[in-house]
Amino acid sequence: MRVFVPILLMLAAPVFAQGSGPTPALANRQLSDPAKEAEATRLMHSLRCIQCQGQSIADSDASMAGTMRAEVRQQIAAGQKSEAVRNWMIQRYGEWVSFEPDFKGAGLLLWLTPIILLLASLWVARGLFWRRT
Amino acid sequence: MIAEAGLAAIWLAASMALLQFIAGLTLLRDGAGQLVPLIKPAAYMQGALCTFAFFALMWLFYISDLSVLLVANNSHIDKPLIFKLAGTWGNHEGSMLLWVTILSVSGAAIAFLEKRIEVKTLSATLAVQGFLALGFFAFLLFSSNPFERMVPAPIEGAGLNPLLQDVGLAFHPPTLYFGYVGLSIAFSFAVGALLTNQVGPAFARAMRPWVLGAWIFLTIGIAAGSYWAYYELGWGGWWFWDPVENASLMPWLAATALLHSVSVLATRNALRAWTIMLALVAFAMSMAGTFLVRSGILTSVHAFAVDPERGSFILALMLMYTGLAFVIFALRIGTVKQGEPFQLLSREGGIVANNIFLSVILAVILIGTLYPIAAEALGDKISVGPPYFNKATVPIAVLLMLALLVGPLLRWRRDDLGRLKYWLIGAAAILLLSCLAIWKFAPQIGIFPLLGIALSLALAVAAWMPLRGRKLLRTPIPVFGMVIAHFGLAVSVFGMAAESGFSSETLTALAPGESAKVAGWEVKLNDVNPVVGDNWVAVEGEMIAAKNGNEFPLHPQSRQFFKPPMQTSEAALLTRWNGQLYVVIAQPDQEGDGRWQVRLWWKPFVTFIWGGAILIALGGAIALLGRMVRRTKNSAINKWQTE
Amino acid sequence: MNRPWLLWAPLVATACIGGLAIYGLAVPKDEQVHSAMIGQKLPEFALPPATQGVFPLSNKDMGDGSPRLLNIFASWCIPCKAEAPQLEELKAAGVEIDGIAIRDRPEDVAAFLDEFGNPYRRIGSDSEMAVQLKLGSSGVPETYVIGADGTILFQHIGDIRVEHVPMLIEKLKATK
Repeated sequence: MRVFVPILLMLAAPVFAQGSGPTPALANRQLSDPAKEAEATRLMHSLRCIQCQGQSIADSDASMAGTMRAEVRQQIAAGQKSEAVRNWMIQRYGEWVSFEPDFKGAGLLLWLTPIILLLASLWVARGLFWRRT
Repeated sequence: MIAEAGLAAIWLAASMALLQFIAGLTLLRDGAGQLVPLIKPAAYMQGALCTFAFFALMWLFYISDLSVLLVANNSHIDKPLIFKLAGTWGNHEGSMLLWVTILSVSGAAIAFLEKRIEVKTLSATLAVQGFLALGFFAFLLFSSNPFERMVPAPIEGAGLNPLLQDVGLAFHPPTLYFGYVGLSIAFSFAVGALLTNQVGPAFARAMRPWVLGAWIFLTIGIAAGSYWAYYELGWGGWWFWDPVENASLMPWLAATALLHSVSVLATRNALRAWTIMLALVAFAMSMAGTFLVRSGILTSVHAFAVDPERGSFILALMLMYTGLAFVIFALRIGTVKQGEPFQLLSREGGIVANNIFLSVILAVILIGTLYPIAAEALGDKISVGPPYFNKATVPIAVLLMLALLVGPLLRWRRDDLGRLKYWLIGAAAILLLSCLAIWKFAPQIGIFPLLGIALSLALAVAAWMPLRGRKLLRTPIPVFGMVIAHFGLAVSVFGMAAESGFSSETLTALAPGESAKVAGWEVKLNDVNPVVGDNWVAVEGEMIAAKNGNEFPLHPQSRQFFKPPMQTSEAALLTRWNGQLYVVIAQPDQEGDGRWQVRLWWKPFVTFIWGGAILIALGGAIALLGRMVRRTKNSAINKWQTE
Repeated sequence: MNRPWLLWAPLVATACIGGLAIYGLAVPKDEQVHSAMIGQKLPEFALPPATQGVFPLSNKDMGDGSPRLLNIFASWCIPCKAEAPQLEELKAAGVEIDGIAIRDRPEDVAAFLDEFGNPYRRIGSDSEMAVQLKLGSSGVPETYVIGADGTILFQHIGDIRVEHVPMLIEKLKATK
């Protein structure tokens, strides 16, 4: 059984020529401090996997996602705040890597959209109601 | 032979649609409409021919006729039978044929069953339906022919995407299509009523069952898709705000608002403009969704059949249909008289609030989904994902749920809150106490899960309030439908809040014999074995989950498919009344010491999400059937009285 | 209706969305992920040698007064094989090239160099993709123009084709 399985996997391997190498230690290990791990997980769900079709690094199997997860955990364990780690990623790949638009420029407009729409529709709907004379 | 017969059937059906449309046009020109008597037979023929074409295609998949290009590209002789059949719609051309078939069969059904509205409105409706069908027939015949032949025929077939070889996902597209196409009927009714000046309760009563039916299918389709993503995509998420998911959610939001609006129009003769506008928007969203997922302009894990040329065709159809409809709306809505007036604090007012909140959420999702394209046009590359969508839509959903606590209890036309004094105090008490209790016992929880649980508890009680003080056996059945649907919403939101607030996760590497803990469970890996399936091989973990002395076996797998090559993760799920244990086994741990990567989650009350959705759909079904029962009862009474 | 212009709002919205969609279809999406590190100094790193007989690579080896190319490659990457002749051409023109091999085993790197030649001064082994992440690189092959002081000046994504060679030489000359 122990011999069979590696053989089976080797048969499967050629389909996936993405190179081989060790997975970074923190890619699939949780931090020992649960609060830090929770903070890291929140951040991982909001960073985009570089090699994938729109998944976050928390949801992806890709090797680069593993490397990014390891980096996130490492920096958070070292005491960095999530915002700082997010900015570190943005410095490498641009705004695109963050699923949460920034609060400046085009991003600000996006964040204001729900409020603007709500107020606008309430204003439009005023005319609907029958005023008691 | 059969393929050619199917293609001929589509051509004939298209000509029936053309006839239907032209006949309806003559009606509008001068009211005399000599061709009008042809409309109904044309609709029947169209429905029959399309049905024949669709089943012809299904037959070709059943016998694996590999000389047909579509079958060769999307099927395999070794595939299990049910997936062979599901392959009929598991591709672009087949799904478009399904769309058109449902469209024409619905047209035939309206022609056959609808007797409550004036003939000219029915004719106008069918003419619009024919016009819609024409566009899709053109699409099918000129750019997406499902019956194209392939010479020489291959021996095996390329196979179906392994992710689609799953019972849940096999039925997800048809369910959604019944929903989208049902909304097209609402669209046709709305335009027909606008053109013939019949925007009133009769038209609303005719349209309502179609909206309800479509909405029920959409609810089930979206819930099924979410559950499939949850257990198949391997990481336990159930909603990713992915563009394809948003594309299905937006029509549902519009349909929910439309559903409430059309009921008000049917019973109280108010909200005419809202109802028409929502009917147009709902179908526009269906088409926008169909366009988004096929065009390739947005990146998505779920995107299929990416082809800009086909995307352009659908875009052209969508812009033509919605553009024309909105022009007709702007020109004709002025002729629609103001309905019965009502005050802000009334049931109608509550439904207007409901419409506003749902529409704003819809608009936010639409803008957020399209934003990256707009940004790229301006030179910026950004991503808009779950953090934005959650923060932007949940606050409005909170407002919506607050409104739901009171809305169904308000009187029509005008009401005053003093009447509901005790209930308001009670609801506020439930909310406050829940918030305080959760915050005390779980202070680390986020604000959204906290509010979600408090609101769902309050709504769970509020949903039943309309039944208070009524003789239950004399209460109309649709009221029970409303109660169950709103209760289902509370259940679903409770599941969402509990899962996002209280899930625990353990990632670790285990060698056979070792175990790991998560949320009171101890999960032990006994062995890892190779397993072989119909068209895949896998490594399967033999695991035991233990809690309080009880033991349960689990068998998560990591599967490798060969045609086409793909790796999937089959999670092992252990369902209890209060949550699910979700176990995934991945590749061997890279340390090379015989350990396997294992991921464990305990997700509290996660099944409530989809259980609640089923209750919502059930509520809708009860309302739908309740009305039909009443109709047949009334018509039977009428018949008896006139005989 | 006392606000007739409002009735045309849905049509206007449709037109806007239509315009956006047409733009999306007409303009092909830029699928490549560009590094945002252009203009920044090279990050700190120190990589072991990729195989027997090559020198290790660290950021201190670059930015030592002369500009160079940094080529990210892998033996399992097919376009990397295609760009090997162009790398030889650049080396013959006097360009210094350092390499980083991504997720590669030493024996595979050795076989690759045997078959396609070794234009590299030094080759580091980045088996966990950590340095790739630090550079803002998203795949293989990529080539960076590194200035004399260690600043990242330019990123070329994809294999180097024949027509790209003069462009890269230009960029290197321009930094002097």
